[in-house]
Amino acid sequence: MKDELKELKLTVNGKPYELKVKAKTLLVELLRNELKLTGTKVGCLDSACGVCTVHIDGKAVRSCSILAVQANGRKVTTIEGVADGDKLHPIQEAMVEYGAIECGFCTPGMVMSAKALLDENPNPTRDEVREAIQGNLCADEGYVKYIEAIEIAAEKMRGGQ
Amino acid sequence: MEETFGNYSVIGKPMPRVDARAKVTGEAKYAADIELPGMLWGQITRSPYAHARILNIDTSKAERLPGVMAVTTGKDFGGFKWGWSRETRDEEPFATTKVRYQYEGVAAVAAISEDIAEEACDLIEVEYEPLPGVFDPFEAMKEGAPLVHENRPGNICVEYHWTFGDVDKAFAESYLVREDIFQTPRMAKGYLETPAVVAYWPGHDRLVFQGAKGSPYFPYRILARCFNLPLSNVRVIQPFIGSDFGGTKNDMTHCDFAAPMLAKKTGRPVKLVYTQFDTLTTDLRRHPMWITIKTGVTKDGILKATYVKAVADGGAYTRMSPLTMFLTGSCMTMPYKLPNFKYDAYNYFTNNPSSAAMRGHGLYHTRFGADVQLDMIAEELGLDPVDIRLRNAIENPEPGKVYETINEVHMATCGVKECIEKVAEAINWEERKKAKKVEGHKSYGIGFSAATYNGGTKLSAHNACAAIVRVCEDGSVNFLTGASDVGQGSDTIGCAIAAEVLGVGLEDIDIKRVDTAFTPVDPGSYGSRVTVLAGQAAKNAAEDAKRQLLEVAAQQFSVTPEEVEIKNRQVFVKANPQRNMSWERLVRIACYETPGKVIIGRGYSTQGISLLGLADFSKGVGDIGTNYSFTAQAAEVEVDMETGVVKCTDNSVIAHDCGFPLNPPAVETQVQGGGYHQGVAAALYEEFKMDQGQTLNPNLIDYMRPRAYEAPMTQVIHVITNDPYGPFGAKEASEGSCCSAPPAVINAIYNASGVWINDLPAQPEKVFWALKAQKEKKQRKK
Repeated sequence: MKDELKELKLTVNGKPYELKVKAKTLLVELLRNELKLTGTKVGCLDSACGVCTVHIDGKAVRSCSILAVQANGRKVTTIEGVADGDKLHPIQEAMVEYGAIECGFCTPGMVMSAKALLDENPNPTRDEVREAIQGNLCADEGYVKYIEAIEIAAEKMRGGQ
Repeated sequence: MEETFGNYSVIGKPMPRVDARAKVTGEAKYAADIELPGMLWGQITRSPYAHARILNIDTSKAERLPGVMAVTTGKDFGGFKWGWSRETRDEEPFATTKVRYQYEGVAAVAAISEDIAEEACDLIEVEYEPLPGVFDPFEAMKEGAPLVHENRPGNICVEYHWTFGDVDKAFAESYLVREDIFQTPRMAKGYLETPAVVAYWPGHDRLVFQGAKGSPYFPYRILARCFNLPLSNVRVIQPFIGSDFGGTKNDMTHCDFAAPMLAKKTGRPVKLVYTQFDTLTTDLRRHPMWITIKTGVTKDGILKATYVKAVADGGAYTRMSPLTMFLTGSCMTMPYKLPNFKYDAYNYFTNNPSSAAMRGHGLYHTRFGADVQLDMIAEELGLDPVDIRLRNAIENPEPGKVYETINEVHMATCGVKECIEKVAEAINWEERKKAKKVEGHKSYGIGFSAATYNGGTKLSAHNACAAIVRVCEDGSVNFLTGASDVGQGSDTIGCAIAAEVLGVGLEDIDIKRVDTAFTPVDPGSYGSRVTVLAGQAAKNAAEDAKRQLLEVAAQQFSVTPEEVEIKNRQVFVKANPQRNMSWERLVRIACYETPGKVIIGRGYSTQGISLLGLADFSKGVGDIGTNYSFTAQAAEVEVDMETGVVKCTDNSVIAHDCGFPLNPPAVETQVQGGGYHQGVAAALYEEFKMDQGQTLNPNLIDYMRPRAYEAPMTQVIHVITNDPYGPFGAKEASEGSCCSAPPAVINAIYNASGVWINDLPAQPEKVFWALKAQKEKKQRKK
């Protein structure tokens, strides 16, 4: 039963996929092991650390707590789908330029949470920024520069549009 | 908008990290991201008992499971034992006769899938004879207590007794003597990337190891000895590392032994990845300590003497405990002048997971107690907390002079006074202290602290490190170092130092991850040693390459090499900058004109060994650091007087004397991160709850890590002291703030609420009961 294969159709970073997966396969396992998109990390498998954050239909979700089959018919975006070719997304650019990144293990999830926020709310307050990344643990950089980088990116995105 | 320091081309100003792009796009490969053709999955069988004799291990059922390719137990390692130093080799790759903590590994399997590997682990039958255990140092020290190691009577792991000056006489002469007990919690290191490794054998006598290790030359040495290989045949290739903070990612874990052994047995690559449960139940932890501090002061609050008794839970194996207990005592004589000091340290084996180094290693425990006690003393004497710190702070030595502490620790620079003054000013203390801030049931208070940390840590065994600068014929540069960037930003610093010396841009320097087949040996990323020591090696290597190029340039310009300079990719005669050529042209001439040269610069770090001798752990004297950073912190907290919930506010300042900030934003994230993730975490949030050796909160929901919503937007003030022993004046950044944050927060809680929390963390329940007791005491007085 646990090895029974289910059919799955979904779009990941704009590419359509038709696959067969075990019913118990987590979305993060599909992304990392089958599609080789290892930018999405595994930290806790408890929805507690946020390093596996991806988007489903534009909303930030923890891919460790969703079965792959639950993404059937959905559009999934991972960190690999955020930059436009060689051109970084303004959030990525701000994090690089502003020195927000240390070990980088939480960074992909942090970018995905920040992007979900700014896509919906281009002018967030500081508390809204903090709240958006509340589910993303970082281990080393103190959050200060992440918060400031997201604010800088928001400003840039508003100005650029 | 951004601050710059010094008159340099590359360093001293904000620079994006060289690895930031790979990290922000998800390209950066960490150990768990590595996949190789034919790769097998490994899994570990662990003991359910915290203390038990192993009577028999039967692996036959597991071996028969289809898809299982190999099984290993401790017996395969032929009695091999390892440890932090030659004298402390007390741990086997897998327990063979006895397990000493819960979930200690006893066997491992490799299979064609993760599921089969897991199933096979369940089929391994281990017969145990459970033994009574000891679960805290006070049980462990009792006469007749069960022994964790039969050959270690009294369960004593480490014991030091040091005396400097005459504390008894000084106490007798003191105006005020206080004795207080403090307690620090059992803590996780906090990295989110769990241990993970892929290992394979490209030949019968050649091992390749790619693991989540912060210090690649630890597994390099240990695995060579374990598998009886020459070091030349052990190739450790570093993936990106998701933080380290000392302990587990320096030292070995079961997976680091299992993967190479299973790969050897199967002839295929084997990968093991720990779950967060594995990490939180078996990885090394920060020592919990019980610290008694007795301090005598004059009427003016000048420190006369301090006596410290530190009792620590070392856990099941020695690991780095000898160093921990040394650091815990050694740096009590900083950042304040202390003329008399006595230290008794006891570290006991228990049947808990082993304790080890963690960011702020050692110093954090005693600095917390001592800096909180200093506020208690200030209050008794009616002194201002800033004032008492300034009165006692070590002065910055005159240029060319060195300050020596009573236990023979030496420093050429000390910016602690300036740090204290700057945080007091930034937080507007003179105004703020006049009125207490209360809003409804929320009370706000400010706390101060000061701390120090050793930079460029040097230990007795393997201090040497080197760097290689290879100038390619098109002018691009390969920088090779054995020092590993685990997130602290050292790759960027190494490249920046090379670029500054060579006179080129940061973008001209390429660095790859450490690969022991090509990079020069390096002790590791611990003790804030990399910038100071590997940075010096980088500087020397770049100078060597530059010297070779200047000789060529001098010939071209018909002058001496000393008369030529390279800056911003231009090569010119100093006296006549009109006579110049581009960097590319010079390199091309050097490489192509007869006889063509290959420009390779080599440099070593010398400070680690030769400077002022090494520390003596048994006597407690000498330098563990090459130089010492200084930190002062002012933190505001909000205390909910009804619920006991404490939160740091954005009114938070840290002034840090890192000597010279080579990359100022990196110093800031290091200081902010150290202060919050490993400092405030200890003060307010984190603690493993234990029951008879079992970890009761082994997940990131029940084990609270500091999150963004509560994060103080700490302002970092750079204090520049230009230390003569660091490259371009640099010392360490980050471990100081791990040590300054807990006392600042606890002092702030007292300032806000009038209660002292001496045992960390100040979780809401603890604060609630303390507030209630205070209220009842006040009512009784009425």
